Order: sequence, then C-alpha cells, then structure tokens
Amino acid sequence: MNPSLQTRDLCVSLGGRQVLRHLDLRIAQGRWTCIVGPNGAGKSTLLRALAGLLPYQGQVLWQEQGVRPAELTGPQRARQLAWLGQAEPVSEDLCVFDLVMLGRLPHQGWLAVPSVQDLQAVESALRAVHAWDWRDRLLGQLSGGERQRVLLARAMSVQAPLMLMDEPLSHLDPPHQADWLAQVQALKARGVTVVSVLHEISLALQADEIVLLMDGRLVHHGPSAQAQTHRAIEAAFDQRLAIHALGPHWVALLVNPPASL
Amino acid sequence: MRSAGRSGRTAARLGLWMLLVAALGLTMGAAAGSTGWQAPWRVWQDPTVWPIVVEIRLPRSVGAWLAGALLGLAGAVAQGVFRNPLADPFLLGSASGASLGVCLYLSLFGASLALAWPWTVQLGMTGAAFVGALAAVLITLTLSRGVQHTLRLLLAGVIVGVTLGAVTSWLSLLRPEVLRTMQGFMLGSAAWLDWAACLQMALALLAGLILSWPLARLLDALSLGENTARSLGLPVEAGRLFLVLVLALATAAAVAKVGLVAFVGLAAPHAVRAVASLPHRHRVPLSACVGGNLLLLADVLARSLMAPQDLPVGLLTAALGGGYLLLRLSRQQGGEAAA
Repeated sequence: MNPSLQTRDLCVSLGGRQVLRHLDLRIAQGRWTCIVGPNGAGKSTLLRALAGLLPYQGQVLWQEQGVRPAELTGPQRARQLAWLGQAEPVSEDLCVFDLVMLGRLPHQGWLAVPSVQDLQAVESALRAVHAWDWRDRLLGQLSGGERQRVLLARAMSVQAPLMLMDEPLSHLDPPHQADWLAQVQALKARGVTVVSVLHEISLALQADEIVLLMDGRLVHHGPSAQAQTHRAIEAAFDQRLAIHALGPHWVALLVNPPASL
Repeated sequence: MRSAGRSGRTAARLGLWMLLVAALGLTMGAAAGSTGWQAPWRVWQDPTVWPIVVEIRLPRSVGAWLAGALLGLAGAVAQGVFRNPLADPFLLGSASGASLGVCLYLSLFGASLALAWPWTVQLGMTGAAFVGALAAVLITLTLSRGVQHTLRLLLAGVIVGVTLGAVTSWLSLLRPEVLRTMQGFMLGSAAWLDWAACLQMALALLAGLILSWPLARLLDALSLGENTARSLGLPVEAGRLFLVLVLALATAAAVAKVGLVAFVGLAAPHAVRAVASLPHRHRVPLSACVGGNLLLLADVLARSLMAPQDLPVGLLTAALGGGYLLLRLSRQQGGEAAA
C-alpha cells in the first residue's frame, strides 16, 4: 500500500507569523513532486509539516485511505516516511556505516542488534550513492558533497514508501546531481513517492509535478512539462527567469540581470 | 563487508584495557598511604595492615573509581543529549546546587551539630549535596519548561548555576567558619569514602548504565539532528527528559560523595571518542570506565605526591583532564595547520 500525501486547509504559524495559509494539496503516489518558490515562500515549512515535524492546523493525510500521521505509532510513522533535512547539524565523529545504519532504527526493536535485512539495506543504500568504499570513514573526514551523499543513503536505508527531501542536491557536483536524479527515478520505479524542495529550477523541472508556493500560499500545482506551470514559475520570480526547452528537458535561464551585476 | 559487530569488538577490547588499568589503579590505591608505598600483599602477612588497606585505602580507591565512573557516564550522556562536545555533567546547575546544599547544611548545623535534630545528622553533608544537586536540576528544568529547546535548557542551567553560586558565596561570607569546609568540598576529595558510600555509588552507577542503555539509540539518532531523530520515530522529548534525569542522578550521586571534581565528566567521553568512533551503547559505559580510571589515578597521585599530606583530588583531575584536553587541542590545531 503506497502512500500519497494530502493536505486539507493546512496552516502553519511560526513565532506568531503565519507561514503557510490554507493549503489544499494532493500529491500522487509513485511520482516525484518538487516544491519550488521564492525565498521565504514556505517550502521547507511545508515539507516539515508534511513530515509531521511541525505543529499545524488543518489536516495532513497519508495514503489513499487518508491515514493521519498522528494515528500511527512513532515507528509505524517512521517506516512510512523517510526524511532528509536541510543543513541539520550532524556529529562529525560518526562513521559512515553507523550513520546509515541509523536509518534502520524504525525497523529494529529497542535492544535488537541489526538483522541481515538491515545490513543489506545499508549496503544497498551506500552502494547506490557510491559511498560503500569509504564506509569506515568518519563524517568529519568527508567533503560537503560526500557528506550529502551519505545523508541521502541514510534516508534511503529507511526503505520507506514516502521520501521527503529538503534541498538534497546542496553541495553535490553535477555528476552526483545526475546520480541523484537517477536514484529518484529508481525509487519511483519501486513505487516510492518522492517530494523534494529544490531552489535550482532547472533541476526541479525534471520532476513529474511542480508545487509552486508564494508567501505561504499555493500558487500553482501541475505537471512540470506543462506550459502553464512554466508561466506560473516565471511570474512567481517576477519574470526574472525564463524557461526554455532543451531537448527533452527544460532549463530556467536568468533574464534582465540588474545593471549592478 | 563491515560487520555490525566490529564496533562491539572494539568496545570489548577497550573495555578490557580499561579494566586492566582499573585493576592496576586499585592495586596502587591499596598500596599508597600516608606513610608511603607498601606492598598490598602485606595485608596477608601483617595483621596491622589489614584494617588500613581493607577499611581505608580500598574503599577510598573503589569509591574514587565509582565516582569517576558516574561522572564519566554523566558526561557522555550530557554530550549526547546536548549534542555538544563541551557539555559536562555540571551544565544544568547541579554543581552549584550541591555547593549550596552543603553550605546551607554547614551554616545551619555545622557549627552545632550536636544540637541539631537527629534527621539532619542522618542526612549529613552528602545528603545535602545530593538534594541540592537534584533541586538545582529540577529548577533548571522548570525554568526551561522541559527539555524541548536545547538553548533554553542550557541558558536556564547557566542562570541557575550563577544564581545559586552567588547565594552560596553570600552565605559563606555571612558564616566565615564554613569557608574552609566549603573549599574542601569544591576542590573534591575521596578521603571520606567508606564501603557504604561505595555501595550507594555502585547502585547509582548500575542504575545509570541500565537506564541509559535502551536510550543509547536515541543519543545516536540525536547526533543526526532533532528533526531527523523525530522522523525516525523516536520519542525525542520524553527520551531527553529521561536522560537528563539519569544525568542528574549520576552527577548528584558522585558530587554528594566526592565533592566538585572538575574535568572528569568532560575529559572521559573525549578520550573515548579520540580512540574510536563508537555508538553510544558502547560509548557511555566506556566513558564511565575512563572516568573511573581517571579519578582513581588522580586520587592515588593526590595521596602519594606530597605524602603524608593529602592533596585535593580536584587539583589533580584539573591538571590531568585539563592537560589532556589541551593536548587534544594542540593536536587539532597542528592537524588544521598541516591541512
């Protein structure tokens, strides 16, 4: 039973300021949906609310049947949803293997040792991000890009049917961005629903669906290939970027750079 | 393939080394006395040595190890809970609370203990320190409104520490006759330890190890950030509160018996981390072993360096622990310069 995500009249206030306003969303299962929008639009807040990491008003429902995350136990929730946060402080003295193994916590009893399935899941995730060869290194010994790949492997090792990622491509060089895109395709092929926040519009346009936010409101939700979606993105960024076709893909290029630049 | 048991084998190896050092330290502790060094096996040959070794030196050494182990455990838990390698067991105001407890006890009953009510005699200085340390942590938790916000918790700990410290200083000024005893408490000493104190600390250590064991995975997950730990289905708030209580109990149990011994709780987890990257289920008990050995060796030195004079053990732990951290700092700076 693969989950999809749904919000009904979702509102989030942080520090007395309303960050998300009355969002009604429906995210299809087995698809990659990308949340985009200008700075301060509420993208990361939406992702955290979807993950149940923030208090919110309204409803967040998982799965077709409309299960509320609050109705599930902690481990049940964790097995349904994998989370990769943005710039969360991580201890430098964790070794790569042990860190990725933490993704298996929802599958383990409180005092249980890792099972064969846990070991296989960790190895598979580390191989997928090409990090298996340095599994014994400490996180503090890795570059920013290597560290990001390890954190991605940690999220993948949960093997959840729903994966939420906030800026997963930060610090990744172009070849590893391409690897990440391939990973998302592989996850989709297994029926995993992927929701990510990306600030790089050209990469976001490779998703199946785009959710466009502005000032905490849903401005547009549609397929990334749709011209209407492109026009909405251009408008949200004050026509300071233009989306063009490039082969089977689209790229967002800056237009009218200010004279000071 | 890297076996998941590898960290277990590393921890077992380190634990074995720690136990060997502890055995050596206890032998030295039994041999070191005010009259200099004596062979511990003389206890079987000379009946006059028996009570000295078994009733005085051995409980003091075992007690020093147990108090150090409690501080090492508390330090490892504090650094894991607060995700801060500079966190130490006294961070939540327990040291100031214990000092105030002792100062109040001495001010109220110290000068005329014979006239005091019987229950105060039973409670004693160690009881006052224990109650003071726990009360300070509870005040900190109340001020920070729980453990949800790390920064708020740390700030509340600083506020409680400074305020209770100021009250202690004021009381000491009002009653100058307690100053000397207070200084002794604040520098720490294992000289008063007996087998009853050892039993109490052993029970506290056992409880701390048993209670922190199932929450070691929460400490591991917290090293990925609080949001990620929550997303892994772990009870972050309840678990942190529980761990803070374990930390408070372990610290209070140690402080009540040996006073404010500096640096052990800070240096012991650092030493374990310097040797191997281990998950908390191994890191916490190993930090306890290192803390125990550190305080035991410091106590042996405190007894022997200027025998028959007994140096405050806090001076030695400050020198040993501080020197070790300084060494790590210089190595780190050397590494950065080379990079």
